[in-house]
Amino acid sequence: MNTVVAQLQRQFQDYLVSLYQQGFLDNQFTELRKLQDEGTPDFVAEVVSLFFDDCSKLINSMSRSLERPENVDFKQVDSGVHQLKGSSSSVGARRVKNVCISFKECCDVQNREGCLRCLQQVDYEYKMLKTKLQDLFNLEQQIVQAGGAIPQVNIN
Amino acid sequence: MGMVRESQFHVLAVDDSHLDRKMIERLLQKSSCQVTTVDTGSKALEFLGLRESNDPNALETHQQEVEINLIITDYCMPGMTGYDLLKKVKESAAFRSIPVVIMSSENVPARISRCLEEGAEEFFLKPVKLADVTKLKPHMMKTKLKKEGEKPSEEENATLKPEESLVVEMILPLNQELELEQKEPMLSSNKRKAMEEVISADRSRPKYNDITTSA
Repeated sequence: MNTVVAQLQRQFQDYLVSLYQQGFLDNQFTELRKLQDEGTPDFVAEVVSLFFDDCSKLINSMSRSLERPENVDFKQVDSGVHQLKGSSSSVGARRVKNVCISFKECCDVQNREGCLRCLQQVDYEYKMLKTKLQDLFNLEQQIVQAGGAIPQVNIN
Repeated sequence: MGMVRESQFHVLAVDDSHLDRKMIERLLQKSSCQVTTVDTGSKALEFLGLRESNDPNALETHQQEVEINLIITDYCMPGMTGYDLLKKVKESAAFRSIPVVIMSSENVPARISRCLEEGAEEFFLKPVKLADVTKLKPHMMKTKLKKEGEKPSEEENATLKPEESLVVEMILPLNQELELEQKEPMLSSNKRKAMEEVISADRSRPKYNDITTSA
């Protein structure tokens, strides 16, 4: 039914806008969506999935490097943060990226406690974003199944 | 009439990050380019057909595998950096004409200058956007034009009758159109020179993308 599709589209739009407003996403996510088209309908989902896999892998390896206070491999941690900052920046994961900035500062001064706090925070943020985007993709799926088109959302 | 054929450009993209490779690939495809991605500088050189001989300072050219119109590479990579790759390409007689673009997540003015001085056409700050990728077309067009301009001597040998007047319309990069209307016959070598002058004027300007200098 037309109204069902319209309702879902409005829901999708509102939800997406709220993610920007709450600072989960930034303009780069908009750029990412631009790259998706009828020929590549799963592009955003694939990239985002790659990102979350990266997060999980990097957080694990950094955790191991930070484990023993007497033997922290800050070089490895720095490398991990650099990669994480890059990936989060590429997909528009604003909060994750911001934690990475603080994380790098702790790493630069070899502050293990600070690094551990940032590690915990980055873990929290990526998991939170993962849940939010999953909800967004579910809405998208419902729209498509109801025969509608995914709305273009302009964020100002 | 000499017109540049709009056949697909082939870009070689180099980045050690899987995610960034996926992004740059899609960005380029969206701009109608054919893309090959590799994850290291060495693989990029291999793909081009440059292999290291016994002499570590010399790179031999084996048969050129594929025609590449542009190389876009990340700066920070383990082993061979994007800068190292840029140098190797520019040192190679066979491949120095291929435009190279560097990408980096870090805005370091000294790094940017160094790359541009070494011959990089552009330096893009990551994350790279569609708007950045559209800037690549003129650089890729140059290589195609150069190739068409270098067509064999048959043109030079053709003699033009003095009575003939030529109207030549050429489509040049950066939307510059040159219309040459002649009353006298013009030898094709002059035509080539005019084109080269336009191209070289453009090359001298270094180009920047969103550069902010930090105090």
